[in-house]
Amino acid sequence: MQLQVENSPFNQEQTDYLNHLLPTLTEAQRIWLSGFLAVPVTMEAPAAATATAALDPAEAQQNAQKPAARNVTILFGSETGNGQQVAEDMLQKLEEKDMDVTISALDDFKPKNLKKVEDLLIVTATHGEGDPPDNAVAFYETLFSRKAPKLDGVRFSVLSLGDESYEFFCQTGKDFDKRLEELGGERLYSRVDCDVDFDEDASGWIEGVFGVLRESLEVPSADESTPAAQLETTSLTADQPVYSRTNPFRAEVLENLNLNDQGSNKETRHIELSLEGSNFDFEPGDSLGIFPENDPELVDALIARMYWDPDESVPINKQGEVRSLRNALLTNFEITKLTKPLLEKAAQLFENEWLSALLKPEQEEERKAYLDGRDLLDFVTDFELGDVSPGEFVQILRKMPARLYSIASSYQANPDEVHLTIGTVAYHAHGRDRKGVCSGQCALRVEPGEQLPVYIHRNPNFKFPADAEAPVIMVGPGTGVAPYRSFLEEREEAEVNGKTWLFYGDQHFASDFLYQVDWQQWLKEGILTKMDVAFSRDTAEKVYVQHRMQEHSTELYQWITEGAYVYVCGDEKRMAKDVENALLTIFENEGQMSADEAGDYLKKMRQEKRYQRDVY
Amino acid sequence: MTDNKFPHMNEPLDVMERIKRESDYLRGTIKEGLEDRITAAISEEDTKLLKFHGSYQQDDRDVRDGRRRKKLEPAYQFMIRVRAPGGVATPEQWLTLDDLAGKYANGTMKLTTRQSFQFHGILKWNLKKTMQEINGTLMNTLAACGDVNRNVMCNPNPYQSKVHSEVYEWSKQLSEHLSPRTNAYHEIWLDDAKVVDTKEATEPIYGETYLPRKFKIGIAVPPSNDVDIYSHDLGFIAILEDGELKGFNVAVGGGMGMTHGDTNTYPQVARVIGFIPADKIIETAEKVVTIQRDFGNRSNRKNARFKYTIDAGGVDWFKDELNERLGWDLEEARDFNFEHNGDRYGWVEGDGRWHYTLFIQNGRVKDTEDYPLMTGLREIAKVHTGDFRLTPNQNLIIANVTGQKKKKIDGLLKEYGITEGKEYSALKRNSMACVAFPTCGLAMAESERYLPSLLEKIEVILDEAGIREEEITIRMTGCPNGCARPGLAEIALIGKAPGKYNMYLGGGFAGERLNTLYKENIGEDDILNALRPLLIQYAKERQKGEHFGDYVIRAGVVEEVHSGLDFHKAASVKK
Repeated sequence: MQLQVENSPFNQEQTDYLNHLLPTLTEAQRIWLSGFLAVPVTMEAPAAATATAALDPAEAQQNAQKPAARNVTILFGSETGNGQQVAEDMLQKLEEKDMDVTISALDDFKPKNLKKVEDLLIVTATHGEGDPPDNAVAFYETLFSRKAPKLDGVRFSVLSLGDESYEFFCQTGKDFDKRLEELGGERLYSRVDCDVDFDEDASGWIEGVFGVLRESLEVPSADESTPAAQLETTSLTADQPVYSRTNPFRAEVLENLNLNDQGSNKETRHIELSLEGSNFDFEPGDSLGIFPENDPELVDALIARMYWDPDESVPINKQGEVRSLRNALLTNFEITKLTKPLLEKAAQLFENEWLSALLKPEQEEERKAYLDGRDLLDFVTDFELGDVSPGEFVQILRKMPARLYSIASSYQANPDEVHLTIGTVAYHAHGRDRKGVCSGQCALRVEPGEQLPVYIHRNPNFKFPADAEAPVIMVGPGTGVAPYRSFLEEREEAEVNGKTWLFYGDQHFASDFLYQVDWQQWLKEGILTKMDVAFSRDTAEKVYVQHRMQEHSTELYQWITEGAYVYVCGDEKRMAKDVENALLTIFENEGQMSADEAGDYLKKMRQEKRYQRDVY
Repeated sequence: MTDNKFPHMNEPLDVMERIKRESDYLRGTIKEGLEDRITAAISEEDTKLLKFHGSYQQDDRDVRDGRRRKKLEPAYQFMIRVRAPGGVATPEQWLTLDDLAGKYANGTMKLTTRQSFQFHGILKWNLKKTMQEINGTLMNTLAACGDVNRNVMCNPNPYQSKVHSEVYEWSKQLSEHLSPRTNAYHEIWLDDAKVVDTKEATEPIYGETYLPRKFKIGIAVPPSNDVDIYSHDLGFIAILEDGELKGFNVAVGGGMGMTHGDTNTYPQVARVIGFIPADKIIETAEKVVTIQRDFGNRSNRKNARFKYTIDAGGVDWFKDELNERLGWDLEEARDFNFEHNGDRYGWVEGDGRWHYTLFIQNGRVKDTEDYPLMTGLREIAKVHTGDFRLTPNQNLIIANVTGQKKKKIDGLLKEYGITEGKEYSALKRNSMACVAFPTCGLAMAESERYLPSLLEKIEVILDEAGIREEEITIRMTGCPNGCARPGLAEIALIGKAPGKYNMYLGGGFAGERLNTLYKENIGEDDILNALRPLLIQYAKERQKGEHFGDYVIRAGVVEEVHSGLDFHKAASVKK
């Protein structure tokens, strides 16, 4: 492996040195070096505390092998409070010994933090027919999903509470115990299953676990991460390709679900993709580009209509790469949209009177009407192409463009994942049901485990203020709410508490309140200061976000005069315009401005980047 | 001395006590919570206070899991319970409630085991409007739930009209006398101006923390024990001489609820402690309530019902305490006799009026394709000039019908195919189920949605044994809290987990004796396999007039239990 400026964090001079040195090292030297390099990073705090001169390498390595006291995490899943009680008893016992210990209910614990856990103690009840208790369900599902982290180096022990008279006695505890081992954890004390009279068994478990933990406090265990283990993890990063729009990363789909509930007129997919290995990073406001695939049914219908051979090779680019016709139409070309240039190119390919007529300048209205809502299958049906070959035909087609979606998750909070919020486009036109290319694919065909080609698209025009003190007003009905989820998740991770105000709207409260529990949680935590919602179809009179803004015009204007940043994301044609008008009206009424002054005020906000929009 | 009997008095109070104390007489932040558009729920503490206003926050548990995955909160909705002392409603009131069921609730009404109306599926945004319309028809929901005296039950017996109307009057007065006095209800639901409440003026009986737990009162008129007098915290048994009401025997300390796996909890039957003249009933009830207020367990809600106070202090202690507070002594209990706790169906005549009792399966008034019950009753209410009476067995009496109207109502019954239920098996006619899934937050297993299909399977066995017309009480609940009074049924099934029930046998046919655990945690096949040989054996070996509950005890299938204190002991013998 050759280090380069492009694939490593080093400059030219450094890469030259390293490329020179690295091939000459023996295996033992490599191991020693990796251990040496790893130490200052992981041991930064103690090293600073000792305030001695720079450690010599031998000392450093010694330090690296001496384990710091392991942190202990106690998690409980409880129906009646018994589990919590046992967990708290354990906590008290460990705290008396000054151990580094934290406690939380299973559903308050973010599964991604499992990676930071060293010694894990789980106390859990079991619900009904062997199901996890309500406050453990989410954690349970993550642990048993493909998103579960590897738990190498983690030690654990499980206490289960149950009722012998049930068939699935202590099932949840058993499940956790087995799964933690499968994920690579080491059982530090055997699981104990307690019946209704749990006190004695639970005490036994507490004592047993406590004994083991105390032992490991006193005698450093030998299997702490050695330099060899470090080498394996650090050497991975070097020979990685750089992913981009031109070289998209194939991201595994982790989750794909419809956020709308029964009774909704809409479908909004929440998609979680794995970015592990991509080296991507992103900020709130950025988008993810996806290269979609055309609907196979549409492709097959198109090929059948033309009596072409799906396996015939066709060129897919100027470099002369070829693929089968079917694959090319699936992934390389756009076939769902008709444009004027396409018609013009087609007119050169074959003779057709109607087509020639449509292209005349005075036929613009008629041409537009024809292009609207039609696709290539309509085109080849409406016009006799004659014996145009597939190879010729695909050359008039546009390359499949990527679709951009505002990212709905925070890189800081979930560096290995990206979440998207995709409204399914579906409509009936010209005698056929039609779906958006990418949204249709996501709604109908993308299953967890499959991969999508993606890249990060920076959006410098939709950036949240670096200043935590600046108030932030966010307007985002429907899928427009996605970037705010990213922003608030990032603030939660960074533990930043500025003033934030979200205006959200959709059709129905019961079925269309996207990410409802997320906002509720952030409101509770103070990450989100205020939230106002408008559900247009729940009341006789339709209410939209701009109405809620006007209802709060005094306070809204107050925030703006305090320097608030205003963000608008979502539908361009109606919502963004209505919201802008609402803002202007608020300026006029609350700031005693004329229409012109209000316009200027908004312009100034835009220049100061205090009014940013991401509309589509 | 009392300290030894009530060790809980030295223990820290349950959190609910703080919530009550800090609620400013049941106000909490309910009013603000109703305005919150971000959630269809109210705050957790407010949900506890809301019960006192007659409403439970619930959610559709069928969709809970799916919504969680969609990052949506549970489908929160509210149950509203309408208090109707003695279960009496006018036709106008019936029509209003029927209208509300369609407009704001899930299109049905549940007639409860405590003679009240229940609506399910009301959204937060409609809660206040529903409350206002209920109050507009001169009905009320205050104290239908919560740690207070609940809907006062009374025998709706329509054929001894004079006695019934006297007893009904007393039940109304009891209900009124023991109602919370706080103005919170009117402020929150009826937009009354805020009043500053003080302890003395506001709640002279309850005080600012109300009772330790719910409190239930019922009045029975022998020979019918339809109100299940032994299941009440406080029961009054009407003593009649020559058709005149003389007074009441007083029974204390009954209750159904228990917790699976906790032997410190158990169902208990009320004990008769004496007799009082009729006009002493209000005074007596108030004093009994204050004793529970002062001595009840406020540290552990699972042991807070009045039955545990009585069992801790002993019946003698209680009688002394009551006599002392009354300033006079209860007389010795008078003789009485109960024959059954079920309903008698069809038309009966009394005092020149006609009364029609009809079976309503599990108390659910709704329309189905082949049984338009709700529509039929609505049409009857439009012409009816008497009243409607909800029975304690979730059934309905169309009462006080004139001879002239009888024809008309008969015609409507026929038109809508409504039957009194005589064609059903006697077991089905004596069946009850609580609501359970999908709305009840406590449910561990199905109840109302499941019992009908289970009954059909048991009926096959009854036919085989030739005892389809043999009256046997069967009751099912989705959890051990006892809403359908399962502890007193001859056959009871109490839910433990989806599809799994504990089976209890041997309750008294007249509701006078608790049943005993027979099989634990069994599914449908095991239920049928357990019942089959017993029913067939019963058909063969029963003595004349012997009820199933009595038979299983004589045959040694289960132990006889007369006190809740022996409930778990008897069960363990058979384990």
